[in-house]
Amino acid sequence: MKFDTPATQNPIDQLKVIGQSVNRIDGKFKTTGTAAYAYERHDVAPNQAYGYVLGASIAKGRIRAIDDTSARAAPGVVTIVTTLDTPPLALGQMNYANLFGGAEIAHYHQAVAVVVAETFEQARAAAFLLTVDYETEAGRFDLAAEAGSAEPVGGDSGEGSDSGPGDRVGDFEGAFAAAPVTLDHTYTTPDESHAMMEPHATIAAWQGEKLTLWTSNQMIAWSKGSVAKILGIPKENVRVDSPYIGGGFGGKLFVRADAVLAALAAKAARRPVKVALTRPLIVNNTTHRPATIQRVRLGATRDGIITAIAHESISGNLKDGPPETAVDQTKLLYAGAHRLTGMKLARLDLPEGNAMRAPGEAPGLMALEVAMDEMAEKLGLDPVEFRIRNDTQVDPGNPERPFSQRDLVGCLTLGATTFGWDKRNPKPGQVRDGHWLVGLGVASGFRNNLLAKSGARVRLEVDGRVTVETDMTDIGTGSYTIIAQTAAEMMGVALDGIVVRLGDSDHPASAGSGGQWGANNATAGVYAACVKLREAVAQRLGINSADAVFADGVVRSGNRAVPLCEAAASGELVAEDAIEYGDLSKKQQQSTFAGHFVEVGVDIHTAEIRVRRMLAVCAAGRILNPKSARSQVIGGMVMGVGAALMEELAVDTRRGFFVNHDLAGYEVPVHADIPHQKVIFLDEPDPQSSPMKAKGVGELGVCGVGAAVANAVYNATGLRVRDYPLTLDKLLDRMPDAA
Amino acid sequence: MKSFSYERPESPAAAAAALAATPNAKFIAGGTNLLDLMKLQIETPTHLVDVNGLGLDTIAPTPEGGLRIGALVRNTDLAADARVRRDYGVLSRALLAGASGQLRNKATTAGNLLQRTRCPYFYDTAQACNKRRPGSGCSALDGVSRQLAIIGGSEACIATHPGDMAVAMRVLDATVETVDALGHERAIPIADFHRLPGDRPEADTTLKSDELITAVTLPKPLGGTQIYRKVRDRASYAFALVSVAAVIQPDGTGRVALGGVGPKPWRVEAAEADLPRGAKAVTAGLLAGAEPTRENAYKLTLAERTLGAALTEARA
Repeated sequence: MKFDTPATQNPIDQLKVIGQSVNRIDGKFKTTGTAAYAYERHDVAPNQAYGYVLGASIAKGRIRAIDDTSARAAPGVVTIVTTLDTPPLALGQMNYANLFGGAEIAHYHQAVAVVVAETFEQARAAAFLLTVDYETEAGRFDLAAEAGSAEPVGGDSGEGSDSGPGDRVGDFEGAFAAAPVTLDHTYTTPDESHAMMEPHATIAAWQGEKLTLWTSNQMIAWSKGSVAKILGIPKENVRVDSPYIGGGFGGKLFVRADAVLAALAAKAARRPVKVALTRPLIVNNTTHRPATIQRVRLGATRDGIITAIAHESISGNLKDGPPETAVDQTKLLYAGAHRLTGMKLARLDLPEGNAMRAPGEAPGLMALEVAMDEMAEKLGLDPVEFRIRNDTQVDPGNPERPFSQRDLVGCLTLGATTFGWDKRNPKPGQVRDGHWLVGLGVASGFRNNLLAKSGARVRLEVDGRVTVETDMTDIGTGSYTIIAQTAAEMMGVALDGIVVRLGDSDHPASAGSGGQWGANNATAGVYAACVKLREAVAQRLGINSADAVFADGVVRSGNRAVPLCEAAASGELVAEDAIEYGDLSKKQQQSTFAGHFVEVGVDIHTAEIRVRRMLAVCAAGRILNPKSARSQVIGGMVMGVGAALMEELAVDTRRGFFVNHDLAGYEVPVHADIPHQKVIFLDEPDPQSSPMKAKGVGELGVCGVGAAVANAVYNATGLRVRDYPLTLDKLLDRMPDAA
Repeated sequence: MKSFSYERPESPAAAAAALAATPNAKFIAGGTNLLDLMKLQIETPTHLVDVNGLGLDTIAPTPEGGLRIGALVRNTDLAADARVRRDYGVLSRALLAGASGQLRNKATTAGNLLQRTRCPYFYDTAQACNKRRPGSGCSALDGVSRQLAIIGGSEACIATHPGDMAVAMRVLDATVETVDALGHERAIPIADFHRLPGDRPEADTTLKSDELITAVTLPKPLGGTQIYRKVRDRASYAFALVSVAAVIQPDGTGRVALGGVGPKPWRVEAAEADLPRGAKAVTAGLLAGAEPTRENAYKLTLAERTLGAALTEARA
């Protein structure tokens, strides 16, 4: 189905099932432990052996030799595959350091061997017996030190945000020089780990030339292609299956060493092999969100109209790796006639930097939205009012291009009312509650809505049940449920009459899960397949499909009412289609918006920061399932608190690795860190986005939260910290006397 | 994890003897730290002596009016004991500030004293660490050291003792009781139990190689206001950046020990005379001679301000 004109009235608009807060249909499997994750799929292939990956213990250099004599003789060892046994493998999609093969070491914990044994413990013990002789080379590990040599670069996050090396509108320098009120500050964000619960894990089995991978991956079609490319085998010979995923956050968008080494090990062992990456390997072997150094300059008139806006970001990566696209949102978020956005990239020899939840916007807004707070104060304006004054209803770089929908102002004003913003003391450091200094902060949230082709197959079974098959993934987001809701709405059957099968590359390719594009595109693909199935049903029943009404398990047309299942009485009906997009998103800018409001307390003695209240007001198209959408947003808000207050991969700039490579050292928020969270959806169907009239919402939850926390800390203390995370040591020396 | 043999002795002395009889043997109780370290091959014992069957799990009054806490009393049970809560509040609070509910259910009193540092370089076997591999060097000295020691360290090691319980026991002047392979018993003042690294950071404590902790004894209650204030980067389930154990009497005198600043719970009795003069004066004496790194110098200010918070709370 080609979607190239705005959606009109369609069966989804009935909202009998769509738009309802139904429970997740996979919830009972997950809460009872019967949803098998990749490493637990004991039944898919017999005689599974265990692979353990050894990572390089240097950051840069090469391997002279590997002595595996003792390891091979260790109890239970089946086989060992070392990187010296294997030529350098091709790179997969958006992969910049090869995952295995050859003597060169490009980053710490790059895989150098996989040991296969009868048990996990035997494989791990034998891996410690491998002796690897390294030749170490000096590397570049310190972004701040390399920033001066960074080169201008354009780039794409792979999740929809992109920017050029220097995008200009008007004359930024002239307007900035002429502006009566200006701001020029630099902000830094650290490297971060996805820290998803489930590790990267794969079971691999070969049947002749055919390879099956039971794995944990967000993008099935991408990974099928990448596995074929990396291993040099035809795509048709690869099957990838990933029905349940214990979180990914972008860390599982791409094929990683677990999948590749399971495949190589299974070939060498001549039996199925399972591999999971340990937490240290997840940190240093896989990808992370790269650190940034961001400079924001704002120029405004005395009454708070932005005339000049510039946002420049420096990040680092391995050779050919992409920049963190932290300036992307600044092209679209606020008005201003004279604009500059640009990126630079420094070559670093740290592990591979890549997409993590809302790549670009998440760190970018942590800078821009603090700058907006600082500028509002300079102007003597309320920060909500300053943002509203600079709202734009068109793409500022292409004023003929409007937003399809944009209600940032509504998000901010409703948020301000709901949160009690009028009680905020604009003078910082004034509000005390016991030993807490209390402050409120606000930030805008912004993330684009992305359109991508997405396919599905639907079957009307003989017993009247409807089965949906697509390679779409559910990474904990609720895909199963919203897909079932879509099929139920379209076919006029109850939710429990729908069976959803996901994550299998034998199913039609979908948009997959990333860049908050999954929900709208995958359900639109199911919509397209259901339209086809409705036509097939009507045809078989001899009904005119144009005026057929599908409801309550019955198809009605004129005076006729036929049970839906009768259409399949003589054999199941199958329909397959995909949603494909025209150029609607080029004519109008599709984005999602939020107002994030945060109250913090800062301990007057110790400068410990604790979040006390949070609110997000989101304008993100039709909300398909408010319950699962809320779960996505509050999860994003938690991640925003982590980014603001504690998450940081500590770089050893001498040895070139992330030192705190376990979950005791890399702290993410615990329950005690998260207070009451409130989420309000404006719920505004957007006919430009798809027949579902929905948009992405998950990543909107994290976009802007970090800045709202930082702004609240400023309001509480009068202390501005421009280097994330805002740990207490950055405040302590400037805290007021507590006595 | 390397293969290991395993036994369950019948008595404390037999346990100590079993340890002495096998080279590279270790006791295991709750296993909450040892098992993790074995999986990472930071600890590689070839023999485990499981002491869980030895009893040693009661809390009993002493003739001196104190409490004798069996080595195998679990952290959860110790924190919840009515006598501990009433008379040794600082200890109960310190225990509850540590780890998680699940870990406290398993972790034992003796094991808690013996937990090893959380220095990240100790945890990465590819990196030099004198505590893990004597003579290999210290990666932390000019490395990532935000969490590490500001006082009591050496050129060989700046790791901290990561625990909370021992900090409270230090302020209470507890005594660690042991038995060795020959059945000899010994009482070690908690002040002498953990050692400074010097040029031998591999030894965290003054225990002999065949010595088993049987109990920790608390002297008679001190009264006063008992506070344990732990400061960390998140609200729960994190190791202390700085912690303060304090017992403050109504006249403003008292005792104070710090966690998170050194290789052992940090207490300087002479500095306590300054308690009535406030946190600044006490901290000046308590942390005199501190040698922080650039990354952890904030702990000097944090210690003073956290003690200030504790003294404010005590006055309230």
